[in-house]
Amino acid sequence: MTLLVALPVILPLATAVAGLLLLSRPRWQAPIGFGGALALLAAAAALLARTWQDGIQVIEVGGWPAPFGIVLVSDMLSAVMVTVAAAVGLAATVYSFRVVDAGRISAGYYALIHVLLMGVCGAFLSGDIFNLYVWFEVMLMASFVLLVIGGERPQFEAGLKYVALNLLGSVGFLSGVGLLYGAAGTLNMADLALRVGEADADARYYTVVAMLFLVAFGLKAAVFPLYFWLPASYHTAPAPVAALFAGLLTKVGVYSLLRVFTLIFTQDTGYTRELLLWMSAATMVSGVLGAAAHQDMKRILSFHIISQIGYMTMGLALATPLALGGTLFYMVHNIIAKTNLFFVAGVVRRLRGSYELKDLGGLARAHPWLAAAFFVSAFSLAGVPPLSGFFAKFIMVRAAIETREYAVAGVMLGVGLLTLFSMVKIWTEAFLKPSPGGAVSEGAVGAASWVPVIAFALLAIAMGVGAEWWWRPMELAGQQLFDRTGYIDAVLGGGAR
Amino acid sequence: MELLLAVTVGWLYACGLYLLLRRTLAQVVIGLALLTNGTNLLIFVAAGLVRGEPPLIGDGEEVLAAGTADPLPQALILTAIVIGFAIQAFAMALAYRVYRSVGSDDIDALTTTEPPPPPVAVQTAEGDA
Repeated sequence: MTLLVALPVILPLATAVAGLLLLSRPRWQAPIGFGGALALLAAAAALLARTWQDGIQVIEVGGWPAPFGIVLVSDMLSAVMVTVAAAVGLAATVYSFRVVDAGRISAGYYALIHVLLMGVCGAFLSGDIFNLYVWFEVMLMASFVLLVIGGERPQFEAGLKYVALNLLGSVGFLSGVGLLYGAAGTLNMADLALRVGEADADARYYTVVAMLFLVAFGLKAAVFPLYFWLPASYHTAPAPVAALFAGLLTKVGVYSLLRVFTLIFTQDTGYTRELLLWMSAATMVSGVLGAAAHQDMKRILSFHIISQIGYMTMGLALATPLALGGTLFYMVHNIIAKTNLFFVAGVVRRLRGSYELKDLGGLARAHPWLAAAFFVSAFSLAGVPPLSGFFAKFIMVRAAIETREYAVAGVMLGVGLLTLFSMVKIWTEAFLKPSPGGAVSEGAVGAASWVPVIAFALLAIAMGVGAEWWWRPMELAGQQLFDRTGYIDAVLGGGAR
Repeated sequence: MELLLAVTVGWLYACGLYLLLRRTLAQVVIGLALLTNGTNLLIFVAAGLVRGEPPLIGDGEEVLAAGTADPLPQALILTAIVIGFAIQAFAMALAYRVYRSVGSDDIDALTTTEPPPPPVAVQTAEGDA
């Protein structure tokens, strides 16, 4: 029995509590948040190393054996996602140092970031479907508050839309959990996998329940046709919060889809995978076309979140070990690139006071480092070799061709081109063309904003150049997802004793 | 009893979704509350109703006898009620702030997060001037 699996939940909780207790001392908030994020990253890295070496890790919280008590499970998928989430949390915390105003800090900004991280890590690690619902709500609650604190009218409006639609998704999720429990009589995911698999007579009932989960998680992941809340809300948040949301929140939805559709709902794959396949294709195409129509930098990036989600769910629909590992590779690549693009957009806003492409210009000459960081992240997103996005797309296209889904492979390549078009649009408008107003007065940007931007750009390069090395844990995760017996044995076979 | 509760759940969902589609802020918030409560009831019904058999382990026994009520759904519902309560409280506060800053409880007035319409038509220019 190892406590390491629970640390990614305990550490953010402790940090958040410490931050809230010391709320009357605004100066301590940032150091506490930074220390907590650093500790979380260390714990997550240790968990990843342990899971990589010793296989799937399980902890029975409260000491009750597996099908009855709640378990936290760390397989490669969970461990990798927790590590990336911790890295994004740390980067967003550092980025916030100079950006976040005093009002937000004294409202508990840094503590809320850690509540959010606790919810995200808990969702990644939970081995119990109802517990997953609770972590979702923890995460959503923190995100609601982060979106609206210290805000003005746009934040409130965006917050209301975001709250209403996410609550609708939660209702679907909870209904699914209730119906699933009613039929299977268990909430443990590994136990559910066995019960749902063996009951042939109830297969149709479980498919209906699976659709409830698909809608609920699809809403959070922002897949077609459930994504309309995202471009209406994300861009109103302050830059570090938008980056955190863009990097992490939708990926929790994708993670949950991956988990339930590889582990539990494997009874009617012909139907569910076909549906996922076309939903993914529609998500990719409509997201990228939406981005093409816009001129506001943050709004363009918001639509690209949607388009990229399509690639990830596509891996789930193809459901080969290569495609599932590819989904994880894509998620990690996308979190790094997308978070950094929002960081860069925030820096641009601080420098020039606008996100509108027509007001921007000349940034490449004035700030070559910022331009380089944007260039790396944007063209990684578009899939230009040798950056991380190229290998992510390469794996997905190869998986599609291996399963003879040639139309899907074509869609992926086409959407890649359109992504490139969007990124080139931002590049030429904001960075290359001369500044529209001639000489401009620029706002100050502290080192705290530069460090995460440069670090994540370097990560995107490292993930591309060292793709072989990064691919190995993802490949193992793909195999673990494809062959679920390892997960079930680890949870129910007394792996914790 | 199951039928009655099932119809109630369906009715709550229908009312909740109807209110959610209304243009008034307050009705949307009430709709969310109805949906949440419908879901709580759904868990209760879906897990099966047992009357008069409390889940108590008798003297000298190790496990529950067959046919006793399942205590777990009630624990789930309790958790869901607490979460639902918190979110509804937040939604109400937010709806109030939206009302204060927008000056209207019409959902269609919430337009500042959408891009402005492209400046093309000549007629609107006259109207604005």
